[in-house]
Amino acid sequence: MTEAVDVDGLIKRFGAVTALDELDLHVRTGEVHGFLGPNGAGKTTTIRVLLGLMRPDGGTARLLGGDPWADATALHRRLAYVPGDVTFWPNLTGGEVIDLLGRLRGGLDPKRRNDLIERFELDPRKKGRAYSKGNRQKVALVAALASDVELLILDEPTSGLDPLMEEVFREVILQEKRRGDRTVLLSSHILSEVEALCDRLTIIRAGRAVETGTLDDLRHLTRTTIRAELTSPVNGLAALSGVHDLSTEDGRVAFDVDADALEPALKSLVAAGVRSLVSQPPSLEELFLRHYATDERSGR
Amino acid sequence: MTGAGRLLRLILRRDRITMPLWVFGLGLLPYLYLSAFDTLFATDQERTDYARISAENAGFVALYGPLHGDSTGELVVWRGGFVPVMIGLFALLTVVRHTRADEDAGRTELIRATVVGRHAQLGAALLATGLASLVMGAVVAATMIGAGQPASGSVALGAVFALTGWIFAGVGAVAAQLSGGARGARTIAVLTLGVAYVLRLGGDISALGDGRLEWLSWLSPIGWMHRVFPFGANDWLFVAPAVVLTLVTVAAAAYLSTRRDLGTGLLAARLGPATASPGLRSPVALAWRLHRGLLFGWTAGFAALGLVFGGVGSSVVQLAEDSAGVNEMFSRIGGGDAIVDAYFATVAGMCGLIAACYAVQAALRMRDEEQSGHAEAMLSTDVSRFAWAGSHLLFALLGPAAALLAEGVLAGVVHGDPGPVLGASMAQLPAVWVLAGAAMLLIGVAPKLASAAWGVVAGALLILLVGPLLELDRWVMDLSPFTHVPHLPGADFTPVPLLILTLIAAALGGAGLLALRRRDVPI
Ligand SMILES: Nc1ncnc2c1ncn2[C@@H]1O[C@H](COP(=O)(O)OP(=O)(O)OP(=O)(O)O)[C@@H](O)[C@H]1O
Ligand SMILES: [Mg+2]
Repeated sequence: MTEAVDVDGLIKRFGAVTALDELDLHVRTGEVHGFLGPNGAGKTTTIRVLLGLMRPDGGTARLLGGDPWADATALHRRLAYVPGDVTFWPNLTGGEVIDLLGRLRGGLDPKRRNDLIERFELDPRKKGRAYSKGNRQKVALVAALASDVELLILDEPTSGLDPLMEEVFREVILQEKRRGDRTVLLSSHILSEVEALCDRLTIIRAGRAVETGTLDDLRHLTRTTIRAELTSPVNGLAALSGVHDLSTEDGRVAFDVDADALEPALKSLVAAGVRSLVSQPPSLEELFLRHYATDERSGR
Repeated sequence: MTGAGRLLRLILRRDRITMPLWVFGLGLLPYLYLSAFDTLFATDQERTDYARISAENAGFVALYGPLHGDSTGELVVWRGGFVPVMIGLFALLTVVRHTRADEDAGRTELIRATVVGRHAQLGAALLATGLASLVMGAVVAATMIGAGQPASGSVALGAVFALTGWIFAGVGAVAAQLSGGARGARTIAVLTLGVAYVLRLGGDISALGDGRLEWLSWLSPIGWMHRVFPFGANDWLFVAPAVVLTLVTVAAAAYLSTRRDLGTGLLAARLGPATASPGLRSPVALAWRLHRGLLFGWTAGFAALGLVFGGVGSSVVQLAEDSAGVNEMFSRIGGGDAIVDAYFATVAGMCGLIAACYAVQAALRMRDEEQSGHAEAMLSTDVSRFAWAGSHLLFALLGPAAALLAEGVLAGVVHGDPGPVLGASMAQLPAVWVLAGAAMLLIGVAPKLASAAWGVVAGALLILLVGPLLELDRWVMDLSPFTHVPHLPGADFTPVPLLILTLIAAALGGAGLLALRRRDVPI
């Protein structure tokens, strides 16, 4: 399978700060890839290296089969980028910015441009400073989405958008996905967005990839929460290595269980006699919290 | 004004390096001049001769202002006549930096949301600048008295320094309310300073000849400051309008600031076109949109300079006919037209330095674009770094050319002999380009220090204005590209130095471009 983004062991230092510490990132052609990590993890830095704006100190990075630094302009014709901090020229209107950036990328589809402006309810006649944060974001989004390119690199594209606009964004990306030939690298902090849009995702922390895979793969890594009413006291549950936070209270038990300990745990519940049972699927949220939390060393 | 004290301390902390540089750099200048004059003239006779000739040298009067006496103190004040412009620059830049620039960066919003009064930020910026000006004045007075000069004149000179700072702090404060952002505010304030300077210059030169336009100088706050004549007339009368103007501008700024919303100007933003014109499709087209205001403004300003310089040229001619002493001195160095040539040569040099300010400003636009994230948006498209930087450099190199052309043509036509006057102005261009090249080098190699390009311009300015008097070593003088420009009209035209300057400019700029291509963007 060809990869749109192929990053191995990427290192980027800013003086004493190591922003990227042997980062791996693999985005397959045609997929929507979520890129997650706490603030300062290195998402924006990775994207800037991929865009040839920054030069890595080590490792390899390939973008659409080319070298992001050496072939920068040639590659840029094939991608569109929405920066994390969007500001535009104060004396240009939103419409002018959209057209300019589109033309500099090699042209944009006017019908699609107007359609997007309508869907995002954007007034393209305002000038730079007169836009609210969300509306600035929309300008950047329309400019990127209206271009006919192979790869979209979106750095927190919905930050500042209201829920309705977020929904519009999701619809647009899902449409793109159905076409099948566009690859999207989506950095985000919004879990529901990632859940709704992404085929696979990579979580980074302190400049390293700590998890990567499909949502189901990653869910597998998390714990299921189980609450049950039992007819008799349960034995041996506490001794199971995959069971956590066990609490027992007159016939009720509650605990979290790792995926691989699920079967023995359920067996011991059944042995004790189950009156009722509630199981909560592993939430993505928990996965994030586990990786975002700063007090534990995660991953490898 | 709640919280102004704390904001004042914040300002002093943020400016702990630049502010003392300005205050002491300018405040000690009169003292340096005094020592220089003391060693320059062996006898009183030499000094009075120098004063007599200088008072009627139109180029000198254009640069430094009128000279009405021949004591060492008066000579010091006169020769330091360009200092009020630099004090004005310091004051207005400081005020804009701590009001409008903070507002643009979103810091004001943060500060206003704390326990801080509505006027605290403006008040703190004005207080800081006012205090710095006062300290500068005190340094002047103390050093001059310490050097044995009369106390009355020393204090008057100190007052002139301090008041100039106050006036232009007020001007900066008003400008900060009028425009939609810091850049616009700076432009308005610097333009006001420029107009004040040109009015003074036109009036003073006219006063040398027929005096018909002398009233121009009375319209200019810088003109008022010259008319105090410390160590001469010590005319404190002119302090009054300066104080009044300060109070009026400060009150106006405070009032205007309540009439506008945070982050906006008084001049409301209008809607623009929903689609880009077909031409807006290249980095150069964008650069044109970003630079055209600057280009029109500077070219118009230079055109006005040309009108004034050319217009007062007739006064210089008249002076040459009237004054035997001046005539005699100049005939020794070059014949009948020498006095007029010398005047236009001085004026051309001055225009070259001002054009260098434009060149550096236009080049540093690149750095603004980088820091505001605009460069990132451009460079993530099919635009190479060379194309991006080149689009800005185009304006940094050709913008000053257009401005100098406007000045040269108008000055020449008004004076009645366009060729040589225009040639003198255009001969400055290679030196201007060297400073643009230096700015490009800094942007490429040391982007975080890029604003040091202003320091390079200031260095060239100081070498031109102060160098000859302080008798700086030859090699120091040679550091400034303007030292190498032939003194046209009058001197022989030699293309070699101009060619070499152009090559140096290309080398500096080229090195900067190569470094830019190799470094991270943005940093
Ligand atoms: N130009 C720079 N100079 C110095 N340090 C930098 C620079 N850019 C980024 N860093 C540092 O690199 C690290 C990664 O920053 P980066 O912006 O990539 O994080 P991020 O994952 O995008 O965070 P966020 O979610 O807040 O956007 C941070 O520690 C940051 O302070
Ligand atoms: Mg980021």
